[in-house]
Amino acid sequence: MSTLEQMYQQVILDHAKHPVGRGLVDAAPGQGHLAGESHQVNPTCGDEVTLRVDVTPDGAVAGVSWDGQGCSISQASVSVMATLVEGASLDEVARLDGLFHDLMSSRGKGLDDDDAEDALGDATVFTGVSQYPARIKCALLGWAALKDSLARSGALATS
Amino acid sequence: MTTTATVRPDESGSLTTSELAAVRADFPLLERTVRGGQPLVYLDSAATSQKPQVVLDTEVDFYEQRNAAVHRGAHFLAEEATETFEQARAAVAAFVGADEGEIVWQPGATAAINVVAYAFSNATLGRGGEAAAPFRLAPGDEIVVTEAEHHANLVPWQELCARTGAVLRWIPVGDDGRLDLTDLDTIVTERTRVLAFGHVSNVTGAVAPVDTLVAAARRVGALTVLDACQSVPNLPVDLHELGVDFAAFSGHKMLGPTGVGALYGRRELLEAMPPTLTGGSMVEVVTMESTTYAPPPQRFEAGTQMVAQAVGMGCAAQYLGELGMEGVLRHEQELAAEMLKIADIPGVRVIGPLDTANRLAVVSFVVDGVHAHDVGQVLDDKGIAVRVGHHCAQPLHRRFGVAATARASASVYTTVEEVAAFREALAGVRAFFGAE
Ligand SMILES: Cc1ncc(COP(=O)(O)O)c(C=O)c1O
Repeated sequence: MSTLEQMYQQVILDHAKHPVGRGLVDAAPGQGHLAGESHQVNPTCGDEVTLRVDVTPDGAVAGVSWDGQGCSISQASVSVMATLVEGASLDEVARLDGLFHDLMSSRGKGLDDDDAEDALGDATVFTGVSQYPARIKCALLGWAALKDSLARSGALATS
Repeated sequence: MTTTATVRPDESGSLTTSELAAVRADFPLLERTVRGGQPLVYLDSAATSQKPQVVLDTEVDFYEQRNAAVHRGAHFLAEEATETFEQARAAVAAFVGADEGEIVWQPGATAAINVVAYAFSNATLGRGGEAAAPFRLAPGDEIVVTEAEHHANLVPWQELCARTGAVLRWIPVGDDGRLDLTDLDTIVTERTRVLAFGHVSNVTGAVAPVDTLVAAARRVGALTVLDACQSVPNLPVDLHELGVDFAAFSGHKMLGPTGVGALYGRRELLEAMPPTLTGGSMVEVVTMESTTYAPPPQRFEAGTQMVAQAVGMGCAAQYLGELGMEGVLRHEQELAAEMLKIADIPGVRVIGPLDTANRLAVVSFVVDGVHAHDVGQVLDDKGIAVRVGHHCAQPLHRRFGVAATARASASVYTTVEEVAAFREALAGVRAFFGAE
């Protein structure tokens, strides 16, 4: 595989074309749920994502919905993230966020840790992106939106 | 100063193959390979140009042989450094059709435009006395820009309006990417105090109708500020002939070093203009209570200047001058025509004029179904360097309903073969992403 093909793995191209969780959900959160929204932009290229998170009373992600525009890396990354964090506890989300940032700093080498890579699941296809410093921010945009929307929901303070 | 260019374009056309080869040999960076040993195809000169060896040597020579504080000491080396520094100013002035005293060193075009914008604020606060009246704004005054501006020629004016209460207006851009002058007379009116516009758009490559805009400003007594960043490197510019009041351009886009650029101002205006940055080297008499300021250009050159870079920029101006800007322009237009052939690739849409009249080889485009960032990545994989994003012109991108474009741009050393390689790689982009 060329480095370009390593970067644009089929999973990424598929998620970019058929994104998961795309389309903001307007429904009011359920009883005792917390909700937060965040808008993030990558000023260098104009990639944007608006993300809403719904957190259950016992501190798990009930759902993520989002809208955005941008390159295939940024859009696929939000989409993969949305599948990954659905139902996860906030602690688990924090762990995944840390692992994904580690992956993005790995300069194409991956995490060299089977447990960690298992936890990241499809998100490991972004390993190839970490070889391109200019694109790392694209892959991290959705994660930044998730973290910020959780903070805004107030769920981080109570957990 | 040592010089210079090895070739001259012939009378009739643009650079010949052998001349172009000689020009390319002057640029060491063009020898580089990238992404697994592929030759570099550098199509990002509108962002920053590469530098000929003579510019690099001149800068090193300054540090090795002449480095001393300019306009300060009286020792031998200080005299020589000062002379070299001022010769560079003269070279830049001659290159753009200005007098020496009308060229102020600045860190770049952005800084240069801010100097003018802040002069208006300072004058409005009463600085500069009666002489500064041309820069004093009153309620109801308007500043006019265009929808095509680089943020460097937009945000400083927005800020000036926010500080003074002046109102910002703008000339729109038409679907063809050129300024739409239909309502010029209702946009530039008696209330207009400044008309600031780019000579050549760094997105569409369109050359603005300077004569028409200058005439409109003069009719109403407004001052003109020309962003000449993209014109000075690529076409003959004579600022006196253009008749603008101020102009700004950067060294690094015209084969010179980073960290240096120039502000041009008509002599009477520079003399009347209050300073922005204050401190050492820009003063006459300083007491504990107050200070009188040096005449221009020193009044606008506070603190230690970027001397070696200025000397390098002077050398770059001379290099281009000896190459001959008429020939450089013909070369640009030939490359623009080659670049515009991308409009024939299915799914490719050019943002900007499709004809080569009054446009340079700066071509921005979108590819149906593929984001600009992804387009750039596929080109980069073949060693082709283009810019992706909004190129510091978000309003213009919004005007065309896109968040980002990819942009190819040329300079004196760009070849038709490089543009052909770019077109070929671009033709494969949609297939790579499986775009229907
Ligand atoms: C048209 C135009 N204006 C202004 C600028 C700003 O120049 P600089 O960043 O060198 O100050 C640029 C370059 O980025 C430009 O292309």
